[in-house]
Amino acid sequence: MKMALCAAGAVLALAAAPAAAQDKIKIGFVSTFSGPTAVIGNDMRNSFELALDHLGRKMGGKDVEVIYEDDQQKPEVGLQKTQKLIQSDKVDFVVGYIWSNVLLASYKPVVESQTFLIGANAGPHQLAGEQCSPFFFSTSWQNDQTPQAMGLYMNQKGVKSVYLIGPNYAAGKDMLAGVASTFKGQIVGQDLTKWPDQLDFSAELSKARAANPEAIFVFYPGAAGAQFLNQYVQAGLKGKIPLYTAFTIDELTLPRQGDAALGVPGAQEWVNDLPNDANRKFVADYRKKHADVPGPTFYGAQSYDAAMLIDSAVKGTKGNLSDKNALRAELKKANFKSVRGNFKYGNNHFPIQNFYLQEAVKNPDGKLALKTVSTIVENDQDRFHEKCPMK
Amino acid sequence: MTVLSLRNLVVVVLLAGLLLLPIYAQVAGSPFLLTLFTRIVILAIAATSLNLIMGYGGMVSFGHAVYLGIGSYAVGICAFEGVESGFVQWPLAIAASALFALVIGALSLRTRGVYFIMITLAFAQMAYYVAIGLDRYGGDDGMILEARSRFAGLINLNDKTAFYYLCLALLFATIFLVWRLVNSRFGMVIQGARSNERRMRAIGFPVYRYRLVCFVIAGTICGLAGALLANFTDFVSPAAMHWTRSGDLIIMVVLGGMASPFGPLIGAVALLALEEALSGITEYWQIILGPMLLLIVLFARGGIDGILARLRHA
Amino acid sequence: MLLFIEQCLNGLQLGLLLFLLAAGLTLIFGIMDLVNLAHGSFYMLGAYFAATFAVMTDSFVLAALLAMLATLVVGMAVEVIAMRRLYGRDHLDHVLATFGLILFFNEFVRLAWGPEGRNIPLPSWLNTSIELLPGVPYSAYRLSIIVVALAVAFLLYLIVMRTRLGMLIRAGASNREMIGALGVNIKLLYTLIFGVGAALAGLAGLMQGAILTAQIGMGENILILAFVVIIIGGIGSIRGAFIASIMVGLIDTVGRSYLPEFFKLALSNEAAATAGPAMSSMLIYLLMALVLVVRPEGLFPAGGR
Repeated sequence: MKMALCAAGAVLALAAAPAAAQDKIKIGFVSTFSGPTAVIGNDMRNSFELALDHLGRKMGGKDVEVIYEDDQQKPEVGLQKTQKLIQSDKVDFVVGYIWSNVLLASYKPVVESQTFLIGANAGPHQLAGEQCSPFFFSTSWQNDQTPQAMGLYMNQKGVKSVYLIGPNYAAGKDMLAGVASTFKGQIVGQDLTKWPDQLDFSAELSKARAANPEAIFVFYPGAAGAQFLNQYVQAGLKGKIPLYTAFTIDELTLPRQGDAALGVPGAQEWVNDLPNDANRKFVADYRKKHADVPGPTFYGAQSYDAAMLIDSAVKGTKGNLSDKNALRAELKKANFKSVRGNFKYGNNHFPIQNFYLQEAVKNPDGKLALKTVSTIVENDQDRFHEKCPMK
Repeated sequence: MTVLSLRNLVVVVLLAGLLLLPIYAQVAGSPFLLTLFTRIVILAIAATSLNLIMGYGGMVSFGHAVYLGIGSYAVGICAFEGVESGFVQWPLAIAASALFALVIGALSLRTRGVYFIMITLAFAQMAYYVAIGLDRYGGDDGMILEARSRFAGLINLNDKTAFYYLCLALLFATIFLVWRLVNSRFGMVIQGARSNERRMRAIGFPVYRYRLVCFVIAGTICGLAGALLANFTDFVSPAAMHWTRSGDLIIMVVLGGMASPFGPLIGAVALLALEEALSGITEYWQIILGPMLLLIVLFARGGIDGILARLRHA
Repeated sequence: MLLFIEQCLNGLQLGLLLFLLAAGLTLIFGIMDLVNLAHGSFYMLGAYFAATFAVMTDSFVLAALLAMLATLVVGMAVEVIAMRRLYGRDHLDHVLATFGLILFFNEFVRLAWGPEGRNIPLPSWLNTSIELLPGVPYSAYRLSIIVVALAVAFLLYLIVMRTRLGMLIRAGASNREMIGALGVNIKLLYTLIFGVGAALAGLAGLMQGAILTAQIGMGENILILAFVVIIIGGIGSIRGAFIASIMVGLIDTVGRSYLPEFFKLALSNEAAATAGPAMSSMLIYLLMALVLVVRPEGLFPAGGR
């Protein structure tokens, strides 16, 4: 009990630390830093930190303090951590969120407290449509956009029928709906699997084979992507039914997918070899600073952009964070050099941007890397922006 | 029993601390503390209700969190369908939990020991998967509670301090109710059946019926905690009734001290405060907490409350 | 029809994997009367050991054997250090203590191997598919899991039914006090059983790990399934565990593949896609509840107390 009392005392003492004077910018960063998907969170943190390095760890002349919180990939934990950031740490910005369900759960307390929320990955359709908010900005995409691009690409390839497989959570449903909205052929079947617990896809792969489609589309972010691809190969489907993907092959999963990933196409708004100065600097410095981990990934790129976006707005308002309207106007300009090439914000604060086709290739040194093959669609805007009441 | 034993002292200090907490949070300027403790108090209500069947009745339910889920879904579904009055939502949450407990209890109480543990788990898991299948109410992702329950001017749940005191009052009421119950004739039968079922039956008590009533009371109280939880997090999801949450409740009770009126409260405070404090010290806090739990089991029977009770004699 | 056969194979594979876990669990439960939540941790450790040994030895089979040996040693050590003191205590004490062990092992693995999980590389002769029936190619590796698990089940059957050790084990499962009275070195027997149970869990973990990669927390979800299996089968009964594992594996897999189609008849496409998987996950719990309502001590209660 003494232990517990001491612990309780420590909590009290921690929480009682006086709120710091507002001469610095406080940013709360929520992502996953434990469990199998922690590698994604780490890549986001590395990239966000790198952006701060590039900015001299100041935004508009003010010091920056970032508080990282682990959502454990659980909506209720993410919500709790978000509440802590707003109520206890009184942050100026909340950034991050890999998972759509975590973002959806955490969304309301942030925007209701009139704190700016920068989504650096998840883009559930609700937030692009009816529930859009003046306090929410995305540096990624609306969930449907990437698979929509993949659907377009499958049309270009003349694919006539497809089988869809994805995880049963907010983003999984968005992704499958996204492909279905642009793909002109027939959807012969669809499976949603328990997320994130189910990692054995034997039953789904057997069904897909029996349905005999011309293609399989799949969405499995993080480690599950490696597991799916390996089972796809073990089931003997590679070379028989081609695979099309969104967010399933990235720099983090590639080392574990190995040759299985070769030639499997994916759609993405950012690829590490995009030819612009900001991107070259980001990728080169990241690899120099973190030689021991694979990366950066698009998760990182979006986080890097989030830091640059906040910096541009703070500079634009000359560090006056209390005028929320002015700050919002500056954020909306997206007046910074994005690593994906510059983009504009739509009325719902989601980017209007290009989507590229990427493929895994083998470098001369035998290592696998992702490279841009072509541009699938230019200046794409999500299909929910008309439902957003904001002008 | 001396009035001023160490154990009583700790309980008094704890209760006083809980009562004064909002004032401290105000002075210290840390509203998060209030949030943390509201959560602790709500889970303590759930743990206290579990203690009634587990500690006193010897019925180890590994699915007790299911009522948290049912209570919160009752509130969430009502709010989603436009019924925002707490006078409708909360009685519904309580009634739904009671009904569910009646069905589960009637079937489960036929089994004993570990089989009882597992059959309660089975029913909780079924409810969990039903919730995942509720596409209209967010399925796996759960749903945001658009507005907290309204009590027409009686109490405003959006006021954090008022909400905290409501939870605290309900916790005290629960502890009092459980204490009164176990010291009544009803409680004697329940406890008697834990230590020797055959004898109680031989005396002529319908043990099954007594147990069922006890099981339903516990489920009902936990359902109320679920209604509080939904209002507290503004969020309803199947995760509230995941088996790990049921496990958490068991651990709170065992850690605090089974069959002790304040044990579950002590356990809830200790577990959640420890988690919060240890995770502040190191990212690998579970490597400390894990062996700690093991040591408590090995060397401190009766949980924290047991330690306190024994220290009195030392 | 071909699809159905294939799904049954998938279900059989899952079921046999569950059996490897459940066999150890049911013995430990039946003989020592110990609820061991940390059994899933051995499953996880087996996978991580195999990943490491596979890199060191460059051979999957050798790595698997070494990993089983390592989990055997860890299991016996855990028994000697902690479990031994828990015999005869309340089940709830077991739950709390072994839950503590889960936390410890999860964090230990995170410290030792890092958070990102490990691959267990398969040799190319396993990483292909075999044309089992005309038109039904099946993963060679999944097939090998079926073969290995069946072999282990047969071996267990021989040991339990045909040897003196097995006789003691059976005696222990039905009447614990008895074998003590017979002057058997119980301490050693218990340590050995616990170790073997751990090694079997490790084997299951490393085999599944080659498909799903080794990950922290991989043991917890499958542990609940394994508990369901031993409850349906009846605690302490290897035969019950075997039959129940295959039932659970088949129902889970076949339900997962056909229930969504079934729901489509009654619900909209989208609702069926959500409700289907959820309901099929529920099936096995429904099965357990039904079995317990009808037979409160499982299908094959050991000892018939």
